Amino acid sequence: MTATATAADVAAPAKSGAWDWIRRNPTIVIGVAILVALAVLAVIAPLIADDPLGFDPLNRLKKPSETFWFGTDQFGRDVYSRVVYGARVSLIVGISVAVIATAIGLVIGVLCGYYRAVDDTAMRVMDGMMAIPAILLAIALITLMKASLLIVIIAISIPEIPRVTRLVRSVVLSVRGQPYIEAAIASGTRARTIMVRHILPSTFAPLIVQATYVCSSAILIEAGLSFLGAGTPPEIPSWGNVISLGRTFFQLAPWIIFFPGVMLAVTVLAINLVGDGLRDTLDPRIARRM
Amino acid sequence: MTAYIIRRLLATIPVMIVVALFVFFLLHLTPGDPAAVIAGDDASPAEVEGVRAKLGLDRPIYEQFAIYVWNLLRGDLGTSIFSNLPVTTLVKQRLEPSVVLAISTLVVAIVFAVPMGVIAAWKVRTVVDRVVMGFSVLGFAVPVFLVGYLLIYIFAIELRWLPVQGYRPLSQGIGQTARSIVLPAFALGMVYMALIARIARASMLEVLSEDYIRTAHAKGVATPAVLLRHALKNAAVPIVTVIGIGLALLISGVVITETVFNIPGLGRLTVDAILKRDYPIIQGLIILFAGVKVLVNLMIDISYTFLDPRIRY
Repeated sequence: MTATATAADVAAPAKSGAWDWIRRNPTIVIGVAILVALAVLAVIAPLIADDPLGFDPLNRLKKPSETFWFGTDQFGRDVYSRVVYGARVSLIVGISVAVIATAIGLVIGVLCGYYRAVDDTAMRVMDGMMAIPAILLAIALITLMKASLLIVIIAISIPEIPRVTRLVRSVVLSVRGQPYIEAAIASGTRARTIMVRHILPSTFAPLIVQATYVCSSAILIEAGLSFLGAGTPPEIPSWGNVISLGRTFFQLAPWIIFFPGVMLAVTVLAINLVGDGLRDTLDPRIARRM
Repeated sequence: MTAYIIRRLLATIPVMIVVALFVFFLLHLTPGDPAAVIAGDDASPAEVEGVRAKLGLDRPIYEQFAIYVWNLLRGDLGTSIFSNLPVTTLVKQRLEPSVVLAISTLVVAIVFAVPMGVIAAWKVRTVVDRVVMGFSVLGFAVPVFLVGYLLIYIFAIELRWLPVQGYRPLSQGIGQTARSIVLPAFALGMVYMALIARIARASMLEVLSEDYIRTAHAKGVATPAVLLRHALKNAAVPIVTVIGIGLALLISGVVITETVFNIPGLGRLTVDAILKRDYPIIQGLIILFAGVKVLVNLMIDISYTFLDPRIRY
């Protein structure tokens, strides 16, 4: 897939025009289209869905039908409404974690790459953090604090930071030796200016790609945590929570798990498609390696 | 070689120290009162104090730290707040299903993914290649619980070939164990297969473009022999590396998979600990899993020297 995209890029060089760009990057376009649709769904949720918390004891465990598109759960709540509202949680968690982890990882990574003294200590800490499975680290944090969406976001962000840090650091280290950095140092440019003006820009391309993967992995981890009962508080309808409740009645009412599960897969797939596409366009070096 | 192994062994010590420190300070630097959170909303002040004493939070911090380090060095991972059993005992009781699941997943993933990657690279840019790559993109996106429940639905509920959920221990015969572990291993193996197939394909593609492969073809070596003996052998290092990286995914996945399939392993232990907020168990499991991961990385590093004689230390 990657190889084909690169070959196509070579075959049709620099023909401008939006249509041409779309034709050469179908994965990005498909991914973005799905994500835009999801974002719209999340924003207009109150207009297109009923109350996701509305109990209806007369309509418990109903099959998908014209009134209940995705069926109902054991409390008679409309699974469709809960899935639509769940898109909000997943997108908020995905985007917040991507922003937080990337921002913190960027700062630590640049400092590590630039200052030897910071590097040794910080990288040892990152090695240790990376040895801890992300989901367990998040579970530990959540066990110690009262459940809330913010805690979930923080708990998922922390284990993602080392991955970003390592990436940024490796880019900074490879840029540092370049003659233009030496020239900047020789001409007396302040360290901060060198970092912000000369080093930072070269980290952006790989960082954006990494951020999309952080985003999709955060969405999966949130769903996993909620599924295990260690995530988003149960009163907030997130896809993981819906699936978690559907567990007990799985044999009777598989639709409770099926619909949020498929939405989750489609969302993660869309983000990964954008990520893969961006990787191939922005950074041909990584593209070749994968 | 021996010197290298010893050097690598020593290098794991700082990593484990950081893990231990991290876990210790997690309990002490989290905002709010962990004892009150763990005891729950309806707990009386006396109960909160009880939890505090069990966590050792009523002692001065340096004393707590000394006890913690001393216990770790003795191989004591702490004591459950609720059952009062040592975490190591609880882990031993739940170890078998998780180990069986992890190993079966590993075997399933390697047995399916490596050939997929090899064939995709051999038939590059054909339908076969596209199917494999499509599978690998999909495998990353589909969450383990969706795959798990779909497999249960198809193979256990509709076709009735395999048990719906549960685990049969090895003491009841390996056939029973195998029947109960097939679906979980495939569900958990999906991400893993996607990862390994992708890297196997990329690594094979690189090797297949080398001159000696063309030479082998030219002198009339049969294609399977070229692929396996000449190419795969040289493409092995990245594949082994990614199997190690994937272990992190595997450990997290074990917890969720065991919940989907009702397997009484370490994942169940984790989920029970979450429900009761039994922090010492989670703390112990973190140290245990981190230790396993560090050891596996070490073994992989060492295996490079056997896989690729060009790598010398």
